[in-house]
Amino acid sequence: MANIGKLARRGGLYTLLGGFIFFSAFPFYWMVIATFKRDHDLFSPLNNPFLFNEPPTLDHLRLLFFETHYVQYLLNTAIIGFAVVVITLATAVPAAYALARWARGWGESLGIGIFLTYLVPPTILFIPLSRFASFFGLQESLWSLILVYPTFTIPFCTWLLMGFFKTIPKDIEEQAMIDGLSRFGAMTKVVFPLAISGILTVVVFAFTLSMHEFIYALTFISVSAKKTVSIGVPTELVRGDVFQWGPLMAGALIASIPVAVVYTYFLDRFVAGFTMGAVK
Amino acid sequence: MKDTVHAARPGGGRGGILDREGALAKLLIAPAVLYIVAMIGAPFVLAVLYSLSDATTGDPSLHLVGFRNFAAVLEDPVFRLALRNTFVFTLLSQSIVIVLSRILANALLKPFRGKWLVRFLILLPWTAPISLGTIGWLWMFDSIFSPIDWVLRYLGLLGTATGLLGPQTNMYWLGVPGLAMASVIIVNVWRILPLATVIQLGGLSSIPKDLIEAAEVDGASPWRRTLMITIPLTLPIVSIAFLFGIVFTFTDLVVVYVLTRGGPVQSTQVLSSWTFFKGIEAGDLAQGAAISLFMFPVLAVVAILILRMARRTEVV
Amino acid sequence: MGRVEIRSVSKKFGEVRVVDHVDLATNEGEFLVLLGPSGCGKTTLLRMIAGIEIPTEGDFVIDGRVVTDLPPRLRNIAMVFQSYALYPHMTVYRNIAFPLRARGVDEGTVRKKVEWAAGMFKIERLLDRKPRELSGGERQRVALARAMVREPSVFLLDEPLSNLDALLRTSAREELRQFQRRIGVTTIYVTHDQVEAMGLGDRIVVMSQGKVRQVGTPLDIYQHPADTFVATFVGSPPMNLLEHDGILLGFRPETFLPADAVEGSEGVATYPFEITYLEYLGAERLVYGDVGEKSHARHVVSRLPGSLNLPLEAGKTYPFAVARRDLRRFDPKSGLALPGETA
Repeated sequence: MANIGKLARRGGLYTLLGGFIFFSAFPFYWMVIATFKRDHDLFSPLNNPFLFNEPPTLDHLRLLFFETHYVQYLLNTAIIGFAVVVITLATAVPAAYALARWARGWGESLGIGIFLTYLVPPTILFIPLSRFASFFGLQESLWSLILVYPTFTIPFCTWLLMGFFKTIPKDIEEQAMIDGLSRFGAMTKVVFPLAISGILTVVVFAFTLSMHEFIYALTFISVSAKKTVSIGVPTELVRGDVFQWGPLMAGALIASIPVAVVYTYFLDRFVAGFTMGAVK
Repeated sequence: MKDTVHAARPGGGRGGILDREGALAKLLIAPAVLYIVAMIGAPFVLAVLYSLSDATTGDPSLHLVGFRNFAAVLEDPVFRLALRNTFVFTLLSQSIVIVLSRILANALLKPFRGKWLVRFLILLPWTAPISLGTIGWLWMFDSIFSPIDWVLRYLGLLGTATGLLGPQTNMYWLGVPGLAMASVIIVNVWRILPLATVIQLGGLSSIPKDLIEAAEVDGASPWRRTLMITIPLTLPIVSIAFLFGIVFTFTDLVVVYVLTRGGPVQSTQVLSSWTFFKGIEAGDLAQGAAISLFMFPVLAVVAILILRMARRTEVV
Repeated sequence: MGRVEIRSVSKKFGEVRVVDHVDLATNEGEFLVLLGPSGCGKTTLLRMIAGIEIPTEGDFVIDGRVVTDLPPRLRNIAMVFQSYALYPHMTVYRNIAFPLRARGVDEGTVRKKVEWAAGMFKIERLLDRKPRELSGGERQRVALARAMVREPSVFLLDEPLSNLDALLRTSAREELRQFQRRIGVTTIYVTHDQVEAMGLGDRIVVMSQGKVRQVGTPLDIYQHPADTFVATFVGSPPMNLLEHDGILLGFRPETFLPADAVEGSEGVATYPFEITYLEYLGAERLVYGDVGEKSHARHVVSRLPGSLNLPLEAGKTYPFAVARRDLRRFDPKSGLALPGETA
């Protein structure tokens, strides 16, 4: 009896998980199918859409890579992501350290204040920022995005890093000062190496958050060759009213999977930032 | 002897900036604060100014005209619809997310094989760029080639004279007002569910095991344990998941923009998309800014709630 | 080399004066212990000597040089923290080499000195390990080796034994004392444990509420406490205090014995001792009870050697006595010791 009950519970668990996996991952499975399906197969309403009724093809990939700006989108995304990572590290790491270390009251409040700016959404800021971009002549330039994306990476990453720095005992850097380093030296030579996993987390987030961004890129960039993957795929792979579903799905899939793999690995730390003190 | 050499080293004293804590702290914090003031603070002020002006993309100079824009915006039936849609869309999707994420988090706590792969697949909607994921849904909601419709037809629910859902061959998911709203909500649930699940997982695994065991020893039934221990103890974390979900859904533009662009006949228009269409595509900076500012009070309330929640849990 | 002077130093955190006008000087090569309850300002004082904390007023002088405005690295002091503060990402070798490398010492000398320091603390075989792979005692040795490697003129220790278990603590105390004698470096040691203080210190500085209460040898501190705080903080159980003719009489529990066991050339003071409770601890027996008239009853403790096999019972009264030379007198208002003997 106990065994049957156990089996039933197992079965129930797998069914439940299976259902959720289906819900979460099906759109991506759907992309895989469309990527390799011949157009004729894709656009026959009577064919079973879940299977290959005709042999698979690489035509869509060829079209995507050689007849669109897709490679350029990937490159633009990488350039922007890299620059945003650099700006974020240069500002968030020192700020987080200072807030975590010299936080007697005002540091904590300022830290929370910085975090709250993360809640000011792009939807409120994109109109004035688009005016900024045109004022400085940065419309249609990757620079506009490079300068704007830190508005959401800095608040979040500063907050995240504050938590990391707080876990490093103060003794260690005081010891380093006694051992012969300056205040600044103790920070860069002893504390930063100890916070390396936090800093790595920030690198991953600054990059993925830049890659995910949509609104600013949509607002500031309209020249195809300057677009990022996030807006290039949904806006450019449509000729007139005709969606090129094969290349579209291929483009979405190829850009999604690598970033998803890395992000999955770091998600727990990301969430630790959201929940602040709520989980001990 | 060594000492005198040290003392004479230039810049070696407390006077050196690299040794003075107060000055160093300000120096380290300054870049981040300046960035935030210049790129979030200043644009926010400008947004407020625009909302009180008659600026357009063609003539962006600031002539303050008072609250005329807010009045005009409130008169606009599309705005009212967008306002209502935003609340419906946010609250419905987040309520569903909270329930589903709790169920999913509980399932993920149990031991099973291939956890990493399951985790990866379940997190995909959050970890992949949202606009690209939504494109996948756009294809799934296609008016002719939707696989959902194909299954419904296969099951005989659609496309036959006796079909439960009607004789037409397709549902036109994004072409019918009610269905379009449902589609947008489904995609948002899909998108936020992984984040909420991971937050809930954190909360569930932080409950001390001995508390549950103590309750078991005291003879509490599983239901009672859930009701009396798990739910109260994870309430703060659930609230935080809910509040962040609200922030992300309330201000999101991508799902609506990619799936429906607010259509059909504005039935899925929300504040963020309406801001974009008014402010950028139609070039009315003033009204666009005014519309976007209607989001602010809700966000402020949510922020206060998040802070309270975090503070309360720290006290416990 | 190695003389530390503390000149009228105060430290305020906000409105709270954590260290209050402390004047103090070490002798060269001395082992000085700062003793006091937690929150008395002893650690803050040590941290100010190190340069980690900046005094609100006053000056620090090390070997004749005012160091108040110098950062820690320029003071030629070494410090061992309560947590040992080993760099977790470095091997033991790199930990010990750190202070040398930070000063730009060449690698050949670094190697020689690290090996010398490791040899002194018998940790040569641990050099390739990371701190997390070490036991508490090993960590403490590494911390000491790292502190000693550059031969500082002053050695600061902040409760370095408190993280060790009780057994290890006794042997570590012994080792530390011998090691300090051998090297002869001036050492300032912070602790709240009076046994450690008595066992280690050439002199003890007793602090309370930011003030120095008494400076003296362990014998001085124990025999002639400067005030009632020192009298009751040092010694376990603490000194008995008895109100008598408007002053406080103090006597150690081991001097308060059954009347016929007490003799004194200067006479004895005898009291009827009503026993309330007895505690047998092996080497000794603690007898708790009241002395004096009911209205004026004072609770006192007697400590009897375990070998003294006397039939005592709770609830009964026995004549107990103190030799007059063991009586100390304190002002009941200020708590300060009064000169001279009792009547």
